[in-house]
Amino acid sequence: MNDAAQDSTQSKANIIDVQGVTKTFRKGRESVEVLHQLDLQIAQGEFCALMGPSGSGKTTLLNLIGGLDHPTGGQITVSGQRIDQLNSRQLARWRSSHVGFIFQFYNLMPVLTAQRNVELPLLLKKMSGKERSQRASTALEIVGLQERARHLPRELSGGQEQRVAIARAIVSDPDVLLADEPTGDLDRETAGEILDLLTTLNQRHGKTILMVTHDPVAAERASRIVHMDKGRLIESPVAAMAGVS
Amino acid sequence: MGSFHLIRKNLTRKKLRTIFTLLSIIIAFVLFSLLVGLSRAFSAGVDLAGADRLITIHRVTFIEPIPLSYVARVEAIEGVRNAVHQTWFGAYYQDPRQQFGLFPTDFEALLEIYPELTVPDDQWRDLLANQTGIMVGQAMAEDYEWSVGDRVPIFSNIWPQQNGSYSWDMEIAAIFTHSESNANEMAAYMHYDYFNEARAFGTDSVGWIISQVEDPDRAADVASAIDLRFANSPTETKSSTEAGWAAGFAAQIGNIGLMVQMVLGCVFFTLLLITGNTMAQAVRERTSELAVLKTIGFSDRRVLLMVLGESLTIAIVGGLIGLALGFLFIVGAATALSQFLPGLAMSPAAGLTGLALAIGLGFVTGILPAWQAGRLKVIDALARG
Repeated sequence: MNDAAQDSTQSKANIIDVQGVTKTFRKGRESVEVLHQLDLQIAQGEFCALMGPSGSGKTTLLNLIGGLDHPTGGQITVSGQRIDQLNSRQLARWRSSHVGFIFQFYNLMPVLTAQRNVELPLLLKKMSGKERSQRASTALEIVGLQERARHLPRELSGGQEQRVAIARAIVSDPDVLLADEPTGDLDRETAGEILDLLTTLNQRHGKTILMVTHDPVAAERASRIVHMDKGRLIESPVAAMAGVS
Repeated sequence: MGSFHLIRKNLTRKKLRTIFTLLSIIIAFVLFSLLVGLSRAFSAGVDLAGADRLITIHRVTFIEPIPLSYVARVEAIEGVRNAVHQTWFGAYYQDPRQQFGLFPTDFEALLEIYPELTVPDDQWRDLLANQTGIMVGQAMAEDYEWSVGDRVPIFSNIWPQQNGSYSWDMEIAAIFTHSESNANEMAAYMHYDYFNEARAFGTDSVGWIISQVEDPDRAADVASAIDLRFANSPTETKSSTEAGWAAGFAAQIGNIGLMVQMVLGCVFFTLLLITGNTMAQAVRERTSELAVLKTIGFSDRRVLLMVLGESLTIAIVGGLIGLALGFLFIVGAATALSQFLPGLAMSPAAGLTGLALAIGLGFVTGILPAWQAGRLKVIDALARG
């Protein structure tokens, strides 16, 4: 990415705005603070990689931004919505429209075909079965797996399963994609294909992506790399520009 | 694809387990149908008994006879409209193992007290004119393929004739129908005079007396009056309403209702543990899948209902299959045991009770796993998965 593009990204409104967030877990009688007064802003259309050693709080932060957990303190605004103020029921409804999740181990429903897996989030929308099916087909087409729509997860390779998971994440057209080690279970070549796909979704479809990864090669695909350690951000906004094509 | 598709897919993910669970539910509900049918058969007499009819038997036991002269004396008691007697003949036709109810009686008095019995006029006239004529219930006639005019040798395992023969020549003179239930059509009646004159012993005695009271509200008082009338005589009596007598008769075999409840209680308690454990295991196995559903936006309530839907589906499907099979068994058994258990049948109310039981079973076995699934914390479940 060149400087002009970077400036353009920075000038866009922040779609993710984390301010002074802390998160404390209780372990028996002990309280462990895993995030300390953390601030993070991600602009709309950004592809941000979140790196750091195990236990640094990456996944915790991702879960908070995805509305899977409540922060102990601070504010989290995603797509203009203060999600730290929502209750669990409101959060569930919010997640179904605004974020798509991609997991390391794909987490597909083994009893459903690829097509049905992709349709799952649409069960929460008021739409006909035909429309659901059409939208799922489109999502599978985007990830290049339309011809495997009738296959069960066990009949797919790891890379194909992850593509189905990505199709499931984008089928309801969310603003933000949250990926937790999306290439962690794949070989180098397949990982490259998945990263190509994420890059396409970011650049061609305008999806904002926040990706947790340990892999520096994967992180290089992002337009921005944020490092975390011991619950704090160690960020240089231009740190990872060199590797981005 | 809707939520039901998801439920169906989850239920069929481990087919063998689902089949075994279904089988255990089916067997329980077949048993339920059979036991409820059996219970109904034993209480059929109670259900059909008239509120205005009293039965008077020997004070010691209904097996002991009472004098024929008591009939007229009972009829003379204030509050009694009319009375008729009956005696157990111990009848069978061809097969000694298949006994049926044949009662020597006074036909005219019988039909006065039992207006629910209907006989065609011409057959009625022939019956009264024919000493060896018998009146058979429609259901029994169909069962034995008898028709009016047939001459049939009926055997008694109690009463020999004066010539020593236990075989009594009889003619089917009339076929009656019962207006309320065909359960009471599994009976036959013969002329008491023929029976009384031909039998080798026990002349001028009867098995019991049925009397119709003028005011059903005073039935208990009239029963006391009857028993008081014969107090301190060589043959004291015990009178009760027909319903009470039928219940007492069933109670001689045992408290059928209580036995049925106890057996069913054990069966369903065991089923509850088996199905409940299966459901809990099925939910535990896919904790991470449930977490993913919640991640993509399924609410706690929706996940709870989905899991509850699974247990309800399996319980209702199993219950309905079990009830249907039980119904078929009952129908088959009712034909085979029509002489002994004329009331063996499954009522619509029993079917509805069974369905309610299936729904209850599904709810009770599913509610805990469903509640746990609903409460599942996504991040904990994903971390475990």
